[in-house]
Amino acid sequence: MSGQPVFFYQVGTFAVGNRLLDPAMRSGQADPDRANALTSGHRACQGCGEALGARYVLDAAMRATGGRLVVVNATGCLEVFSTPYPETSWRVPWLHSLFGNAPAVAAGAAAALRAQGRDEIRVLAQAGDGGTVDIGLGCLSGMFERNDDVLFVCYDNEAYMNTGVQRSGATPPAARTATTPAVGDRPGNRFGQGKDLPAIAMAHGIPYVATATVADLRDLEAKVAHAMTLHGARYLHVLVPCPLGWGSASCDTIRVARLATESGLFPVFEAEHGAVTGVRRIRRRASVEEYLRLQGRYRHLFEPTRRDDVLDAINAIAEHNIHRYGLLAHPEVA
Amino acid sequence: MTDKPFAITLGVGSSLANHTGTWRVDRPVYVTRRPPCADACPAGEDPQRWLYRVEERGYEAAWREIMTVNPFPAVIGRVCYHPCQSACNRGRLDEAVGINAVERFLGDEAIRRGWTVTSDAPPTGRRVLVIGAGPAGLSAAYHLRLLGHDVTVRDRGEEPGGMMRYGIPAYRLPRDVLDAEIARIVDLGVRLDLRHTVTDLPAEAADFDAVFVAVGAQLGRRVDIPAGDGARVLDAVTMLHRVADGQPPQLGRRVVVYGGGNTAMDAARSARRIGATDAVVVYRRTRDRMPAHEVDLSQALDEGITVRWLSTITQIDGDRVRVEKMRLDDSGFPQPTGEYDDLSADAVVLAVGQEADLSLLSGVDGVGLDGGTVRVGPDLMTGHAGVFAGGDIVSARSELASPAVANNRTAVRAEQTVTNAVGQGRGAASAIDAYLKGRASRPVPPSAPAGFERLNTWYYCDAPATVAPGLTAARRVSTFDEVVGGLDESTALFEARRCLSCGTCFECDNCYGVCPDNAIRKLGPGLGFEIDYDYCKGCGLCVAECPAGAMEMVPEQARAVRRQWHESADGGRTPGGRARRTAGRADPRRGGPAGRGRHDGGGGIRRRYSRLVRQQLLRRSRRRGGHHR
Amino acid sequence: MRSQIEGSRAVAEAVALCRPQVIPAYPISPQTHIVEALSERVATGALGRCQFINAESEFGAMSLAIGASATGGRSYTATASQGLLFMAETLYNAAGLGLPIVMTVANRAIGAPINIWNDHSDAMSQRDSGWVQLYAENNQEAVDLHLLAFRLAEELSLPVMVCMDGFVLTHAVEAVDLPDQAGVDAFLPPYQPRQVLDPADPVSIGAMVGPEAFTEVRYLAHVRQLAVLERLPYLAGELAALTGRRLDVVSPYRCDGADTVVVALGSVLGTLKDTVDELRDEGVPVGVLGVTAFRPFPFEAVATALAGARRVVVLERAFTTGVGGIVSADVRAARPGTACHTVVAGLGGRPVTSASLRGMLRDAVTDQLEPLTFLDLHREVVDRELARAAATRRSGPTAENVLHDLRGGAR
Repeated sequence: MSGQPVFFYQVGTFAVGNRLLDPAMRSGQADPDRANALTSGHRACQGCGEALGARYVLDAAMRATGGRLVVVNATGCLEVFSTPYPETSWRVPWLHSLFGNAPAVAAGAAAALRAQGRDEIRVLAQAGDGGTVDIGLGCLSGMFERNDDVLFVCYDNEAYMNTGVQRSGATPPAARTATTPAVGDRPGNRFGQGKDLPAIAMAHGIPYVATATVADLRDLEAKVAHAMTLHGARYLHVLVPCPLGWGSASCDTIRVARLATESGLFPVFEAEHGAVTGVRRIRRRASVEEYLRLQGRYRHLFEPTRRDDVLDAINAIAEHNIHRYGLLAHPEVA
Repeated sequence: MTDKPFAITLGVGSSLANHTGTWRVDRPVYVTRRPPCADACPAGEDPQRWLYRVEERGYEAAWREIMTVNPFPAVIGRVCYHPCQSACNRGRLDEAVGINAVERFLGDEAIRRGWTVTSDAPPTGRRVLVIGAGPAGLSAAYHLRLLGHDVTVRDRGEEPGGMMRYGIPAYRLPRDVLDAEIARIVDLGVRLDLRHTVTDLPAEAADFDAVFVAVGAQLGRRVDIPAGDGARVLDAVTMLHRVADGQPPQLGRRVVVYGGGNTAMDAARSARRIGATDAVVVYRRTRDRMPAHEVDLSQALDEGITVRWLSTITQIDGDRVRVEKMRLDDSGFPQPTGEYDDLSADAVVLAVGQEADLSLLSGVDGVGLDGGTVRVGPDLMTGHAGVFAGGDIVSARSELASPAVANNRTAVRAEQTVTNAVGQGRGAASAIDAYLKGRASRPVPPSAPAGFERLNTWYYCDAPATVAPGLTAARRVSTFDEVVGGLDESTALFEARRCLSCGTCFECDNCYGVCPDNAIRKLGPGLGFEIDYDYCKGCGLCVAECPAGAMEMVPEQARAVRRQWHESADGGRTPGGRARRTAGRADPRRGGPAGRGRHDGGGGIRRRYSRLVRQQLLRRSRRRGGHHR
Repeated sequence: MRSQIEGSRAVAEAVALCRPQVIPAYPISPQTHIVEALSERVATGALGRCQFINAESEFGAMSLAIGASATGGRSYTATASQGLLFMAETLYNAAGLGLPIVMTVANRAIGAPINIWNDHSDAMSQRDSGWVQLYAENNQEAVDLHLLAFRLAEELSLPVMVCMDGFVLTHAVEAVDLPDQAGVDAFLPPYQPRQVLDPADPVSIGAMVGPEAFTEVRYLAHVRQLAVLERLPYLAGELAALTGRRLDVVSPYRCDGADTVVVALGSVLGTLKDTVDELRDEGVPVGVLGVTAFRPFPFEAVATALAGARRVVVLERAFTTGVGGIVSADVRAARPGTACHTVVAGLGGRPVTSASLRGMLRDAVTDQLEPLTFLDLHREVVDRELARAAATRRSGPTAENVLHDLRGGAR
């Protein structure tokens, strides 16, 4: 797994930094001179996971490329909250074109740089889950298949948040959104849907595919850094809780992301050329319910009557992930 | 930017003009809370403070931190029963930090490297008599001397140290260590009169401005047990004193120790060391009710000492000791069963408690005695002005000694321990200093505790599997085992770095890292962080992800918040707009998350404007309201 | 160098001379020969570091061009018909961002019914996209317009669409003269973007603009497009020095003394000119006005060219359903008060014959031409289908019915 073990006990690789650590071993976010690719004054909601994830990713990419980076952004929350005229929060060369074309725009940028003999400048594209798994999937698949030299980052908050929390192809089963209301026999989003985009990306056989969350900064940074050592199409899928859309407290953004991983619902792994090469194992196993309870979008599973049938079905998804990716450190005691 | 296309292309970082701090309803602040280790320490130490120094390899700085409170790090590092570790929050995570072992490491380092302390205070010309060169007396003398007073310590013993020398066996506290730490106090300029028994207190006190009586509980308590001829019975205090003096009593091969406290353990273990092959402790209750500390008991058992649980001695006759079996009643008291058993013993050592010899105070005007203890006020002053008392001879503990005591004034039992005595000495010094300077002594105000529930323990790393077992073993063995020695530097460092720094920022950079708005400024090593309230939206992530619980959210002033809403959201022109927003406690951005970061989890996701529209409205309304940027 | 060459190949040669740096492409007839030729040029290394990218769709192709252009790469692509429509969102975006992409549109009808043959429905559907639209009358003009398009686009930071009739031009082998590389290099300097993604000078491109500035942004785009009308003749002059051929926003033909002038775009101008020649010989005072720049629309030039005409006929290869002519509206605005007829012709590849044009013009000059005429419309077929539809709700698919009727079958 990516991320260096640190010989350090009080606070180790889980924290952002520490005064006791060799600066070289601290996370990029601990650096007082970090790029702050997304700077203050943006209009993201309080506790926005996407704003946080974007800064984590871009700062890491800036670090890895020595600042030789251009960024393409799909339409979505991230774009809207960062660049309302007359202000922009970006401190990197940044281009927003459309909702569904970020992969292609980025591939075009990479091609232009190659054509100009400026390949040392790297291209990163970023989009929300809607821009990635739904409207942008055609372009993304093309980018993968051509193996264009782009790192594509999906900030997955599991619905169309910018337009008011409608269901996307990445919305998990049973979640309430504005278009999957919590009414009827099977409240919330239906089961058996959604797209496993990391798996789709892997099926393209591209050099690198990884998942990460805003709850594990070191892991995220290591993956971005590793991705930047490679050329060709790379895909990074980052889980970014959305307090507004998930109905979670703004202070719980990282906690929720952590529980997503620790419950097994969001497997964190990496793969090269279509094969899984590393898995971030569960450190402190959390129950699925612990994760769901923090989120208003699942409240209908507990009130007015507890829906054990649905909870069991969600739990089965977690168990499936745990089995599929070997998420437990000691599977024999599971 | 004039050469760039209008509006669609923008200069980088220009959003700094947008002060999102106006969205905030609650604001994060940095706080320092009292860690449980400090809360628990009877000596008034704040272990976290000096562990912090150790973590940075600042061993001397750490030692000096201790020395501001406790002049006996090497002693306390050996003999303390470390309530700090019992309270340590890390104990709820894996295993408490080995605070005591680190303290011993620091104390030993100081002796090895010859670190000394000096008093910077100008001489006051005031003279203080300290009676008793035990831990309380020497601690008081040390602190008084640091405050610039002229101090004389008088003790009837051959050597200074009191119970540290005559009560605690050398295998637990090597005498060279004790000597070194006492010598450091004497070297400060404390006059030490040994073999000086104070009998006429008023006469001796005449030359002094204040007196501190800390003579300790030097008498072994006796119990009435019918004893026939030839029975060899002595008390543990006497026995341990003679062992310490190098004149151990002849106890024979079989020794019975009566009692269940730490002294009983010391006596039994010492008996083994002076030749007994068979040492049996007779105790009337069960193991879980034993007052001796678990570590002492287990070490005693390791050394081959046996315990007769639920037993009392009813008769001693020659080499025969009659023991009656007991049972515990519903309230946990031992009740006789009428079943008897005989043990053979060459000697019986009574370790059933200690008493103070308070005869020197009995004739002093105004000094009140309560049974075996001296009555003192919260400032440790007796009823006689200028005469203070402390250590084992008072039942209350000084509130001046440590905030720990202040915080736990009802909860903590006043134990007769070296650590407690050191704290008493420091408290007395503080009170005497105030008395001499003619001002009231001020108790340390209790501070808010840094409880376990405030910590975000996710961030504390599990020790790597390859390192942890060895270190755990080293920690366990070395804590009390003089043969092996204390922690070495690497293990001390390891141990210190296990500290969770409860309630105190240790610059882990989490707040700096997790802020989605980059509203935390990192000020540099040792300087901590600063919140830029121009941009902080009050999401609370920094507080939630602070491992140490050293941040918290506090409400913005209501009026200021209302004004911001008023100005930014509707320009004050929409009739009822302000009331609507105030009543809803919704966020100023219309339909966004609620200000506190709590969202409408249950009520269904509200129909809302798209973000685009929302932000346009916001900006328009700001313009209307004349909110210039 | 003059040679007999297929239109598509000629355009590919012209584009190659412009040293494009990124060519994303997606296949759609009838533009495929252009990008095929270019892919070969790239593969052989003739175009240096130029990147040819096989896009996954036209939407992707134009998006690739957007990214490339914004990163300082001279970008070119070609499409037609459905492909152009699939690009629609990106077209507006490229124009809004002011990216000087050049694209060939091999004009083709739009389905349904699906039809691969030429008309102007595709390009006309994107006339409001903010792209400059230039229409070629023949392959030589197509070649010259491409050279001009790159220069114009990059100078004004606007995307330019060069429209050439599918099959009629793209697949026609004609004599075409191509300038040499040195001449083109002198005419077209390296691309200097007005804004570019560059770590050395970071900017945010593509901000969200609200009501407070959106009108201004749009107005500025309008002004910038109008500047084409000023710059094009000037640049055309420069190009003429290289090619010896003069382009302009309009091309009048025998308009002097013409009582009736036919306005048209694209390859139909050739047949029209032949027809006009014949009619002139017969003493009928007719002329032709070719519109090369349809967007921006050259109102002044059109008004000037039509100043002597009493009657205007706009021959259109597309129309707006429920209204009629598309170009006609602009022509009317240029010449208010002048009688203006719309003739819709050549839809979906139907040949526009000289005979039909003759008849139509004869009608026009004798004031027998309807305001809106569908040239060579099979009236009986249409009437039969209308009757059928009126009689039965489930009358079946119109296209199939019409085909059946045309083959003389009975239903």
